[in-house]
Amino acid sequence: MTQVTEVTRSIDARGMPCPGPLMSLIGAIREGSIGDVIEVLSTDAGSLTDIPAWVTKASHELVSVTETDGATSFVVRKMR
Amino acid sequence: MPARIVVLGGGVGGTLAANLLSKELGREARVTVVDPTGMHVYQPGFLYLALGDANGRWLARDERTLLRRDVDLAIERAVRIHPDAGSVQLERGGSLDWDYLVIATGARLVPEQIPGMAEGSFGFYSLEDAERLREELRRFRGGRIKVGVAGIPYKCPPAPVEFVFMLDQFLRRRGLRERSEITLLSPLNRAFTIESASKLIQPIMSARGIELETFFNVESVDASAGVVSSLEGDKAEYDLLVLVPPHRGQEAIDASDMGDPGGWIPTDRHTLQVKDQERIFAIGDGTDLPISKSGSTAHFEAPVVASRIASLVRGTAPRSNYGGRVMCFLETGDGRATTLRFDYEHPPVPPQPHRMWHAAKWLFNRLYWETVPQGRIPEWAMRGKE
Repeated sequence: MTQVTEVTRSIDARGMPCPGPLMSLIGAIREGSIGDVIEVLSTDAGSLTDIPAWVTKASHELVSVTETDGATSFVVRKMR
Repeated sequence: MPARIVVLGGGVGGTLAANLLSKELGREARVTVVDPTGMHVYQPGFLYLALGDANGRWLARDERTLLRRDVDLAIERAVRIHPDAGSVQLERGGSLDWDYLVIATGARLVPEQIPGMAEGSFGFYSLEDAERLREELRRFRGGRIKVGVAGIPYKCPPAPVEFVFMLDQFLRRRGLRERSEITLLSPLNRAFTIESASKLIQPIMSARGIELETFFNVESVDASAGVVSSLEGDKAEYDLLVLVPPHRGQEAIDASDMGDPGGWIPTDRHTLQVKDQERIFAIGDGTDLPISKSGSTAHFEAPVVASRIASLVRGTAPRSNYGGRVMCFLETGDGRATTLRFDYEHPPVPPQPHRMWHAAKWLFNRLYWETVPQGRIPEWAMRGKE
């Protein structure tokens, strides 16, 4: 059985230059509650390294990274 | 009947837009600036004030003296915008009707969002905070200084980096540098938002013995223990903590249901029209544009909005667009600075720090009052060497 991850908040940061998508994610984590699942859509190449690096540093969970329609979707669960 | 144009905010963007509109349209328009204090403050000067290099009196002037005589000034706080009715409600009960509205209300500092920040830290993002920090630095006799950012976006992104460089110089001059540690707590994995600028800055920081701690987004301050904590779970001990406070859009924008969750105004990146509003424009720090919140941004946006409104008043097609242009200086201490020039499509390629750029910033600071609000900076000087 596949576990479905329900996204709590979705941020469309497509077209936003670096470090906008990461900053939007940090803002959403700041405002969110433990267990929230946040999706960030980014077209900025720098996000591929910046976002996973920050999620690891901040001890949250990177649920998935997928390519969709020219953008990358990062799904992050707030763990603390 | 002349077109009624109301400009909310008497900062760089609002003052310049009002003067340009009045100059361009003459009797075809009645331009009114609404500002809660009636005082125009030169915010880039706060940094110099905090480090004892400027006098507070130099940083503020009566807004009336900066506006053309035919521009009206209402010293009032706008509390709510009614886009459909074409009016703006004022705090003391009155209201103003407009045919075109320019929102240049800027950003609001909200240090109360960070527990312990007011008691446990200093800052240089307001006149009062800069003066308080200047007094604290006069008393400082050495110790651990942490400089951090408590929320993004914030005004003038180079300011924390400039502050650590100028603080290093300040402490060396007083013979306190060897007894002090300076650490920049950066919210990103580099010293500055723009990567090319970080590559230039970080080696200079290393050479000056300025520490860099990355991915440190300030979450709370424990004033009694002298500890600042990050969203990432780290802690840093300090003897003197200097923070950039969190920012958000103005209360009037929230009250008018015109802002995003941060209170920033959704704005078209080229026309500067507020989303879904043909006759309302936004400039400066209050927009949601993916570009620096700085006086320079507002300075480049104001002529675009003035030109577009003038076209609409005359029934012609607006042609002027904003390309995301920003130009600013970044002090690196020891009488040197670099410059950042960029737009939506072109990231900056900052030159090596040089005395010439420091002299240019010094000159700009002194000429500001007689040039920028009136639109007297010539185009070639704004463009610089491309």
